[in-house]
Amino acid sequence: MTRHDTIDPATVAPSDRGDVAAPAGNGRSRAPAVRLPALRALAAADAPVPPPAGPGSGSRIADQTWLRVLGGAVVPLGLLVAWQIISTSGMVPTSRLPSPEMVWNAAVDLAGRGLLSEYVAISTQRVLTGFAFGAGIGLALGAIVGLSRLGDILLAPTLGAIRAVPSLAWVPLLILWFKIGEESKIILISIGAFFPVYTVVSGALRHVDRELIEASRAFGLHGMSLFTTVQLPAVIPSVISGLRLALAQAWLFLVAAELIAASAGLGFLLSDSGNNGRIDRVFLAIILLALLGKLTDSILGLFERWAIRRWA
Amino acid sequence: MTTTVERPDARVPVADRAFGVTFSGLGRAFASRHEASRPVLRDITIDVEPGEILAILGASGCGKSTLLRIAGGLDRPTSGSVAIAGTAVEAYDTRCAVGFQAPRLLPWRTVQGNVTLGLPPGTPKADGKASVTRLLELVGLADFADHRPREISGGMAQRTSLARALARNPGVLLLDEPFGALDALTRLRMQDLLLDVHAAAPTTVLLVTHDVDEALQLADRIILLGLDGDVPGADIRQTVVVPGTRPRDRGSARLAELRARLLDGLGIDRHSADGRSEPDLAGPDLSDPTPNTTSKGTP
Repeated sequence: MTRHDTIDPATVAPSDRGDVAAPAGNGRSRAPAVRLPALRALAAADAPVPPPAGPGSGSRIADQTWLRVLGGAVVPLGLLVAWQIISTSGMVPTSRLPSPEMVWNAAVDLAGRGLLSEYVAISTQRVLTGFAFGAGIGLALGAIVGLSRLGDILLAPTLGAIRAVPSLAWVPLLILWFKIGEESKIILISIGAFFPVYTVVSGALRHVDRELIEASRAFGLHGMSLFTTVQLPAVIPSVISGLRLALAQAWLFLVAAELIAASAGLGFLLSDSGNNGRIDRVFLAIILLALLGKLTDSILGLFERWAIRRWA
Repeated sequence: MTTTVERPDARVPVADRAFGVTFSGLGRAFASRHEASRPVLRDITIDVEPGEILAILGASGCGKSTLLRIAGGLDRPTSGSVAIAGTAVEAYDTRCAVGFQAPRLLPWRTVQGNVTLGLPPGTPKADGKASVTRLLELVGLADFADHRPREISGGMAQRTSLARALARNPGVLLLDEPFGALDALTRLRMQDLLLDVHAAAPTTVLLVTHDVDEALQLADRIILLGLDGDVPGADIRQTVVVPGTRPRDRGSARLAELRARLLDGLGIDRHSADGRSEPDLAGPDLSDPTPNTTSKGTP
């Protein structure tokens, strides 16, 4: 802290901070308004700490993104090449391992009949709807349990017990209640998305720094203003990781729901093709699930990065 | 550090009102697992004048911070009462502003945003912005207004915290070892800054500290909290009126005598007094030698 003993920190700052937000570097070089005698001494004493020079600062961020994308593609491309070599060599019969070309043809065939886009659309729609309901209710109940002692006492044990029920145990009940319509699937997916969000949000709210809350109360915040000023920003990073977990769960529960009872969708494609021995379509469905799951997760991941920059 | 105070700038927007604080027979006991209740404070009675700086001195765990928290409505007494300007203290009393031992800044807000949090509710936006800007200049952070707390040093964070408390324009400023976590040099400079601020607009200050020299340098009066033999619960063992006007010569002989008395009151043998070496270094005035010898004599 005393590195710049005799130097005014205002002039030190830009060079100290690299290329980020140089205060005096953009023509705003007004003299620091130091009036009080003690302050001059103080200003000389402690210079700012340089920002953590971690990865992802400055112009290197773009290079790193490309590196990530390219690096992430290496293994899938390698697998594709290995798959092609194995299937052309005839080591494994195509009834067990279809060639990439067969899977591609299956995709083209289904797409030509309009089924591929229909299945992808219906599955994505179910996931997003179920995720929205489950995550929304999870946020609300998580907030109630995390913020209110009464809510914690009344609700937490029951929700804990419901969480302990294995997800597939709900299926017979949901089918009895809602037949095999959309409701049963969306409710099952909502249950899957609910618990990660609920668990993470209630836990994070309970553990918001007590000292920050007390300090904020001492400055007159309470109720809703306390929630929006302190508690909500403090838990946003955890909430977003909860949402990512919930989204993964939603895809998991989608397949469970569609495997059991559906006439369209990727889970249906899986079970129907499995029953008919269409292994090329089974592969296609699995690859599509991987791609869709990764795509939706990446979108949330971008949101997470933004939120962490903003709030953490 | 024997600077002369420049006459402060009239625009400095710190407290233009100061309230008296009255503790009457105040006691606080905490429930514990083993006993029904364990008294921490008992029978605290003192009148703090408007504009006075009162230092609350005592060993660790003697209830200094508890007393301060009760004054600010962050805690309640189990007996007796505390009043500000004649009316009882409410929960999180808005007439007070608190400077905590740790800066306790919101990490996702900028320095400026954190100071804004201290503004009294209902402050018009433009006034608030102007007030925050002036406070940041006052504590020397105008150029760091847009930094996040993790991007500034500990001393700067503590100054941000002080600015936040001043933004409230408090009638009573409660400071809980505000400089305790700072390095020795920064601490001395922060003390001078506090005196400058107080000279500019004298608000009532209750300052909890375990640093005898800090108390002597800053306070008009010092109360020493401590136990009376085996009686549980600390009360006021000594009340010391500090002579002289601020800023005081850190090396003066009169203060050295008081220091000795207070250290005795804290049960510290002066041989090992941890505050001893500082005034020696800071007192270059050889005509006023510090009697830091081992003589046992206390007034």
